[in-house]
Amino acid sequence: MAKTESTFRNMVLSLTLISLGASACLGFVYQMTKEPIELSVLNKKLSAIKQVVPEFNNNPNDEMYRLPTGDGDSLDIYPAIKDSLVVGYAVNTYTKKGFSGVISLMAGFKPDGTIVNITVLDQKETPGLGTKMTEPLFKSQFNDKNPSLFNMKVKKDGGNVDAITAATISSRAFCDAVQRAYNTLQKGNQK
Amino acid sequence: MNQFQNFTKGFIKENPILVLVLGTCPTLATTSSSLNGMGMGIATTFVLIGSNVVISLLSNVIPDKVRIPAFVVIIASFVTIVDLLMQAYVPGLYEKLGIFIPLIVVNCIVLGRAEAYACKNSVFSSFIDGFGMGLGFTMALGILGAFRELVGSGSVFGHKFINGDGILVFILAPGAFMALGYLIALINRFKRT
Repeated sequence: MAKTESTFRNMVLSLTLISLGASACLGFVYQMTKEPIELSVLNKKLSAIKQVVPEFNNNPNDEMYRLPTGDGDSLDIYPAIKDSLVVGYAVNTYTKKGFSGVISLMAGFKPDGTIVNITVLDQKETPGLGTKMTEPLFKSQFNDKNPSLFNMKVKKDGGNVDAITAATISSRAFCDAVQRAYNTLQKGNQK
Repeated sequence: MNQFQNFTKGFIKENPILVLVLGTCPTLATTSSSLNGMGMGIATTFVLIGSNVVISLLSNVIPDKVRIPAFVVIIASFVTIVDLLMQAYVPGLYEKLGIFIPLIVVNCIVLGRAEAYACKNSVFSSFIDGFGMGLGFTMALGILGAFRELVGSGSVFGHKFINGDGILVFILAPGAFMALGYLIALINRFKRT
């Protein structure tokens, strides 16, 4: 086949056709992957909730409600209920004080405010330094602590938290996010 | 050049990272661990094969003056497809690499191979070329990632070999430049003899 010449008509025609073909392919793949993507996002959330609260038998995702943080934003609260008794709350909390970008956590509390467990949903901290916040060595120190008695600050700032070596900023941010979840939950449940 | 040479030239002789030094931006950004480097390499290989094949198929139809925009549209489509597929079927890996996948669009290797090879050669040769180049890229990224992970945090593929924190600078951006420099020097020494 001879090479298409670079006339104006050919150029417009070929670019239009290529773009059309490309968008058709993309539309098809988008339709195909839409459901699996939604499912994997939901599964990720549900498994995070399961990790951070005591055993439950309701569907926390359906009973989700929002509570204001007090500084103009609000957090998603997932109540964990077993036999119509509230056994805990999973709070999807965040902080903007991270070393790079927003850190998103799922923090689980008992009804009295004691921390059950925390998992990291999303973070973009420095690999090998700040990313250690996802490891049990750092985050398990919060388990079974009640923030009303446990000073949620790194030791350098006069608190009770052992910071990650060479990642004090990430450690501070982690504390900030957990504290925000606790404050929001306490304030919201008093009303 | 026979097809076997065509396939293996990407490993050492024309390795995209170590010899052609193309696509250093994603290389430096994603090689902080061996697994991330490999994952990025495999995703790039897929895009490279797809775009090489389609571009060599269409090379006679695309007028010369608009070939670059046409190539970019094709490459960007493949990247988006990889992005969506990974998000749907390998969410674990997507979580780690997600932010780097769109970077493949601007990876010079993909456009470089399209421009230098695929638009002048047959579909099959272009397929082999994309595959070989992609594997070479994956290998270079894997080696670089393993080296940085080993020196920086004492582990390879997440398995810890050395206790302690390692030389932290190798995990950070400056360490990427240093490690890449050493690797290129090593390859040059190896190639000369």
